[in-house]
Amino acid sequence: MFTPIALEAKNLVKYFPTGHQGLLGRPTKELKAVDGVSFVLRQGETLGIVGESGCGKSTLARLITRLLDATSGEVILDGKDITSIKGRELRAVRQKLQMIFQDPYSSLNPRHSVGQIISGPLEVQGIIPDGGVKKRVQEMMELVGLNPEHYNRYPHEFSGGQRQRIGIARSLILNPSIIIADEPVSALDVSIQAQILNLLEKLQQELGLSFVFIAHDLSVVRHIADQVAVMYLGKIVEMGPSADVYASALHPYTTALLSAVPVPNPKMRGASGRIRLEGDVPSPVDPPSGCRFRTRCWKATDLCALEEPALADAGGGHLVACHHPMEASERAGKPHSDR
Amino acid sequence: MSSQKPVLIVENLSVSFATPDGIVHAVNDLSFVLHEGETLGIVGESGSGKSVTAASLMRLNNSVTATSTGRVVVAGVDVLSASEADVRRLRGSEIAMVFQDPMSALNPYYTVGYQIAEAYEVHHPEASKAQVNAKVLEMMTKVGIPNPAQRADEYPHQFSGGMRQRIVIAIALVNDPKILIADEPTTALDVTVQAQILDLMLALQVENGMAILLITHDLGVIAEVARDVLVMYAGRVVEKADVEDLFEIPTHPYSWGLLGAVASLEVSSRGHLRTIEGTPPSLLNLPSGCAFHPRCSFASENGSRCTTETPLLVQKGPKHSFSACHLPVERIVEIGQKVGN
Repeated sequence: MFTPIALEAKNLVKYFPTGHQGLLGRPTKELKAVDGVSFVLRQGETLGIVGESGCGKSTLARLITRLLDATSGEVILDGKDITSIKGRELRAVRQKLQMIFQDPYSSLNPRHSVGQIISGPLEVQGIIPDGGVKKRVQEMMELVGLNPEHYNRYPHEFSGGQRQRIGIARSLILNPSIIIADEPVSALDVSIQAQILNLLEKLQQELGLSFVFIAHDLSVVRHIADQVAVMYLGKIVEMGPSADVYASALHPYTTALLSAVPVPNPKMRGASGRIRLEGDVPSPVDPPSGCRFRTRCWKATDLCALEEPALADAGGGHLVACHHPMEASERAGKPHSDR
Repeated sequence: MSSQKPVLIVENLSVSFATPDGIVHAVNDLSFVLHEGETLGIVGESGSGKSVTAASLMRLNNSVTATSTGRVVVAGVDVLSASEADVRRLRGSEIAMVFQDPMSALNPYYTVGYQIAEAYEVHHPEASKAQVNAKVLEMMTKVGIPNPAQRADEYPHQFSGGMRQRIVIAIALVNDPKILIADEPTTALDVTVQAQILDLMLALQVENGMAILLITHDLGVIAEVARDVLVMYAGRVVEKADVEDLFEIPTHPYSWGLLGAVASLEVSSRGHLRTIEGTPPSLLNLPSGCAFHPRCSFASENGSRCTTETPLLVQKGPKHSFSACHLPVERIVEIGQKVGN
C-alpha cells in the first residue's frame, strides 16, 4: 500500500467541439470523450484500463502523454502538473513518459531503418549515449528479443510481432519510468500476443517500469494488470485491485462485459446467468442524464436518471460508481466464477 | 450427424497464387464435409489459409492469379469448374457470406434497404416492388433492427457497427441459403455486441436450418459456437475434432500451443503465458516436412522424420480426433490430456 506514486490523474476532462453549423460555423456541441477521470498509478505496477470502443480510453492515453491537451484536470508526475507545461520542460517529461501504440504497421515509418526508428527519441532529445547511438540501439534490440544485426533493415522486413518489439525498443531507449501502452497486442495473433505480453512483464521486472495498459480485451488485462479501471462513456465506472474486480465485479456494466467474453471451454456453453446487454453505447455528444449506463442497465431505477452516482470505495480500495451495485448472490452461476 | 444431408463437400482443395516473388501456397489438400444445420469452425492465425478457403467456396479468388485444384461441391455443382453463370446462381441462394468488416462490406452510397432489396431481386427478378419491400422489412425485423420501415431508408454510416453487421447478415440470408460462411464476423465488434451477433446467428440457424462455416482466430468464439473444428496452420488442416474433444484432449502440438497462449479470464495467477516460439512461416517458402516443425518443441522426439515427411491427417487417441503429427499416439494423448481442460 505504501508503494510510491508514479503518476496521478486528477479529474481529467477532454471535450471535442463538434456539430458545426455551416461551412464556417462555430461548433455547437461538445463530444465528451473523457469526463472527469482520476486514478493513481503506483511505481512498478500495471494499471489496466478496459472499455469498449468509444469509451474514451485512447483519448485518456493521449491526454496522459500530452499528445492531446486536456480541457481541464491535472496529470501529476513527480509532484508537478504536466498538462500545461511547454517546450523544454515538456521534452524532459517525455523522457520519463513513453508510449507504445496499437498498430505496429502504421506506427513505424516505412522509409526509416530499424536503427533510425529506435534511435529517434535520442535524436529528438539530443542525447548521445556512452559508446554511441548504434551500440545503445543494439542493446535495446537485444533486450526486446530482436537480432541486433538487423539494425539496417526496414519495417516491412519484419513480422507484426517483431514490429511491435521495435516499437517497444523505441519506447524504452530513453530509460522512461512510465509506459503508456494503447492496445499493444490487439493487432497480433494469439501466439504472438502471448510472446509480447511475456516480454512486457519481463521488462517491467527488470527495469522497474510502471505501465498504463489500455485494452478492450478483458482476459489480456486480467493477465497483466495489478489494478483495473473499467470505463464507460468517458467515465471510470469501476476500479480496484485486478483480482477483486474480476472475481466480484460490482458495477452491472463490468458484470455484463465479463459475461460477454467467450469462454474457451465448450462445456461452459450456455451457462446460466449469462447477461446480454441490449443495444449500443449511446453517443458521447449527448450522454444520458444521471448514470450514463442506465439506458442499457437492467437494474436502473428513477434515481439513476436523476442523480449521477459518484465513484466511491466499496471496501478494500474497490471503487464503484453505481446506485445499485451487484450483490454476491446475483453473480452466482457466472461462467468464470464457477471453477 | 451422418444421417443429415451433406450441403457442402470439399475434396483435396489446394489454392495457390502467382506473385512477383513466387508461388504462394495458401491452401493445401483441404477436405471436409458440411452437413445441413451443422456449425463447423475453422480456427487459425493470419496466413493460415482460412480466408482463402472461404473465398474459394464461392469462387471469389482472383481468377487471374489464383489456381485452385480439387473439388468444391455445392448443390451438385462443382464450384471450381462450373461456368460463371452457374456459380452466380449459387452465390446468395445456396451459399452466402458474412464478412469481417461491416463498413466495407456495405456500399456507403446506397440505403441499407436498397442493398437488401438488390440481393433479393438478383434471385427473384419476378418479384413485385411491394413483395421486395415486404421482404426487406421482414429481414430487418428478423435480424433485430428496431423501426425497420424508417431505418430501411438510412445509409450505412447512420448505423453502429453491430447494426451494420446485422444488415450484412440480412443481406446474406435474404435468399434463404443452405450454407452461411462467416469470415471473422465479430472480430471488428466490441465484446458485448459480439455476443449479440453470435446469439443472432445461432437463433437464425435454428430457424432456417442452414449450415454455418465459422472462420475465426478466437478460440473462445469457437468454443461457444462451433460443433466441429478444423485447426489450420500454414495452409493445412493440422487437427480436425469435435469441439469438446479439441478442448479436452487436443491432439496436435500447434493446438497445444494455441490453447496455452490464450490469456484466460479464469486464470487468476499472473503466470507466464505458454507461447509458441517464432513466427508462422512464409507461404512462399514453406518448411520441409511438417510446416510446424521449426516452432514445435516435440519435433526432436521423432528424429529427422518431422523435417522430411509431411504428416497425414489420421485418427488419434480415444476420441474421434484427427491430427497430422508424427508423434506416437500414446505420447499425444499423454500431453493432450495435460493441456486440455
